[in-house]
Amino acid sequence: MFGLEAKDFRLLLLVTLLTMAAPFILNPFPVDSGMAQFNAGYPDLMQRFVIFGIFAIGFNILFGLTGYLSFGHAAFLGVGSYAAMWMMKLLTMNVIPGIVVSVIVAGIFSLAVGWISLRRSGIYFSILTLAFAQMSYSLAYSVLTPITGGETGLQPKVTDPRILDAALTGNAPKANLFGLEMGSSTELAMGGWVFTFNVGYYVAAVVMIFAFYMSIRIFRSPFGMMLRAVKSNQQRLNYTGLNAKPYTLAAFVISGMYAGLAGGLMVAMDTQVGAERMFWTASGEVVLMSILGGVGTLIGPVLGAGAIKYMENILSKINKDILYEWFAFMPDGLQDFVITLVYPFIGKGWHLTLGLIFMAVVIFLPGGLVEGGQRVAALFKRKKPSDNTPDGKTTPAE
Amino acid sequence: MGILDVKGVGKRFGGLQALGDVNLSVAENSVHAIIGPNGAGKSTLLNCLVGKLIPDTGSVMFDGQSVLGRKPYEINQMGISRVFQTPEIFGDLTVMENMLIPCFAKRDGAFTPNAFAAMRKDGEMFDRASHMLEEMNMADKRHMHAASLSRGDKRRLEIGMCLSQEPRLLLLDEPTAGMARADTNNTIDLLKQIKDDRDITIAIIEHDMHVVFSLAERITVLAQGTPLVEDTPDKIKGHPKVREAYLGESQDAA
Repeated sequence: MFGLEAKDFRLLLLVTLLTMAAPFILNPFPVDSGMAQFNAGYPDLMQRFVIFGIFAIGFNILFGLTGYLSFGHAAFLGVGSYAAMWMMKLLTMNVIPGIVVSVIVAGIFSLAVGWISLRRSGIYFSILTLAFAQMSYSLAYSVLTPITGGETGLQPKVTDPRILDAALTGNAPKANLFGLEMGSSTELAMGGWVFTFNVGYYVAAVVMIFAFYMSIRIFRSPFGMMLRAVKSNQQRLNYTGLNAKPYTLAAFVISGMYAGLAGGLMVAMDTQVGAERMFWTASGEVVLMSILGGVGTLIGPVLGAGAIKYMENILSKINKDILYEWFAFMPDGLQDFVITLVYPFIGKGWHLTLGLIFMAVVIFLPGGLVEGGQRVAALFKRKKPSDNTPDGKTTPAE
Repeated sequence: MGILDVKGVGKRFGGLQALGDVNLSVAENSVHAIIGPNGAGKSTLLNCLVGKLIPDTGSVMFDGQSVLGRKPYEINQMGISRVFQTPEIFGDLTVMENMLIPCFAKRDGAFTPNAFAAMRKDGEMFDRASHMLEEMNMADKRHMHAASLSRGDKRRLEIGMCLSQEPRLLLLDEPTAGMARADTNNTIDLLKQIKDDRDITIAIIEHDMHVVFSLAERITVLAQGTPLVEDTPDKIKGHPKVREAYLGESQDAA
């Protein structure tokens, strides 16, 4: 179906179902229950799940297939964001032109960066991309202030020219898709549960499913096989009559376009952009996502993006008062002791938890969460775990 | 004029003259061996033929065209395939994928942006790769990861990958180095088979005299970066200069 093998089509179908039903799945707890703070089914976070999912899917095409580790992909995300924002300022608050242009601009920018960075490989390539990203960040932050808004960033203003629909958007310009506002939501109350269906989320989700489909096609194409060959043995590739450079450059540009798409969608959702989006920590985050989920697997990066964004938004909300509530059943002394132990790992300390989980995954599950899933599945099938998948990667049928 | 003509090739690394003035002609559809003691410049010469090194002087012509200044992948596309001393294969990929890659390279050239083509539909490539795996007696290992193959099988796979490109010249760099006797003999048989089955020129660099004298139709002896003699195996065996420079006092090498 759609040029996919049965196994891949089932995966695509599963991802489609999960993203479409996400408002239900991510809100498993009733609103007034104590567990409600673990609900992730609110629009802002759900949008972030799918947008960073797209970012990580694209990053994985470069890092997962070719093994070239870029530390500068946030630059393409940022460039895509600025491009989309300018479309909103100059053309229309409709998100379509912004998203399309963000992909194109990020593609051109990544072509230039990739052209230069890919002259080196390994750590030198990583450093070059990092340098480019930090240069872009600094430029956006200072010199290019007329274009980027510098420190304050950019937002649509009433005074913007907006050639196509200035008259329509009026005093409060809102991002929309042919009139359907990104921020608008429908709430569905069932018993104690409330589910929120947000327009912006579904727009981003549809884009993500398409992005995921394209990534499957790339993974399963001869092109994808060549990219894995680059990672495996570049010497043999050269002596097999294949020029590695255009393959890696194409992978770099494709992943840059994915990053630009994610950036454009971010602007479509929250209609603002600042230079911090290009900071190197943002580039590092997508590396973590890929590794946490499973480098070189199809679904891994999406899982990794979801896991990190969940922790960032849910774990960081837990404060000391909530801990006192949880451990209220304990005797006073013990309660204080346990809370002192747990406290560094929650709230602002969520990075510590992430770090520990990341270390545990890298040491015990080198194939990421996907390998964890495969091992669990193998247990249920009463087979020895990872018997036929020695490195935990999804290997195509042939 | 052979299919490969090396004229006056010299290469210097700093103070070391690795190759002096090498003249060599490999006749089409022959098996030509290049032998010589360690440090004679065999590997340097080979690297000059495939584009890894550019010689300081001289010319290397393949089928009337110069290979100098061309990248390894361009030289491969001209019809020269190289087998390495330690098998160079795509270890993370399956045996079938290993075989598919050269098939695609042969058909589509150095780069083709087929990012969304469904590979499974490409029956022509799968047929060609399967056929070559059968010829290498590896059809039952097609789903294995290439890294988990035995040393002998890796060598077979690498040779098969080179052959699937239908090269006109196959270069082998000590193809039996580090192999057990049985594997060595298998490789010799395989190469003989290849020679009998198709029109192909084979140039082989080898240490093992057993391999050289089983396969070669012509032998060039290299010593200190210059060719000492070039002749048929029978003549080389008894050549006094060769004995002196290469075989030394002992004769057990032959």
